[in-house]
Amino acid sequence: MPTTHLDATFAALADPTRRAILARLAEGEASVMELAEPFAMSQPAISKHLKVLERAGLISIGQDAQRRPRKLEAAPLDDAVAWIEKYREIWERNYQRLDALLDELKSAGPKANAKKRRRKG
Amino acid sequence: MPDALKVTMPSDTEIVVTRVFNAPRQMVWDAHTKPELVQRWLLGPDNWTMPVCEIDLRVGGKYRYGWANPSDGRAFEMSGVFREIKPVERIVHSERFGDAESQVTMLLAEARGKTTMTLTIRYDSRQTRDAAFATGMTTGMERSYQRLDEMAAEAA
Repeated sequence: MPTTHLDATFAALADPTRRAILARLAEGEASVMELAEPFAMSQPAISKHLKVLERAGLISIGQDAQRRPRKLEAAPLDDAVAWIEKYREIWERNYQRLDALLDELKSAGPKANAKKRRRKG
Repeated sequence: MPDALKVTMPSDTEIVVTRVFNAPRQMVWDAHTKPELVQRWLLGPDNWTMPVCEIDLRVGGKYRYGWANPSDGRAFEMSGVFREIKPVERIVHSERFGDAESQVTMLLAEARGKTTMTLTIRYDSRQTRDAAFATGMTTGMERSYQRLDEMAAEAA
């Protein structure tokens, strides 16, 4: 299924702790301990969130074997944003056409009413 | 811009589209329910045509839409059944698009000559929601496929 990675990205983003982790990593890489610090959460709990983010390709693990710093990977986020934007664009094109059609119907209105009035009179 | 198109995903199985039109509700209703009017705007990206537009506007009635891209021969269809119809206010219908089936509710509210349309599209799962709108989104998806290939290779 071509869209499975989008699914993983959206699932990863659908959690406030994970979004906060990504926000922290946007400022620079960090170890699990450093990431766990702001949350009232154990390291194993944070590690669970990190696994979801890793599976979605949103973070990667750095070379340092001891620290194992997590790093933000932007590509899946870019894809998710692009996906939403594409969808919005298509809908907006439709509604721009509908705006034009509605303007046409509005200007046709009074003329049609005038015809009816003449027929009655 | 308060009238502009809003697209939100309030839950992982829904998409909500909101848009304000500078026209009375009756006109917006007609534009959504009369085939000759629907064909004027429900076209998707530029360069697509809508050769099929059948609407049997009654509870239990069916509709069928078909789009085509003359430049490359691509074509696809959408169809469904009307569940509820309350003229100028509300339509509820099913929507089948490829493998995805969803339930759509359209509400129209008028104030000071303007009509606010709220369209709620509800899918049976997040996967179908995400998959339903992948059709036709070529450039973005191609990059995504490449990224998926890379991820699969890394995982191997």
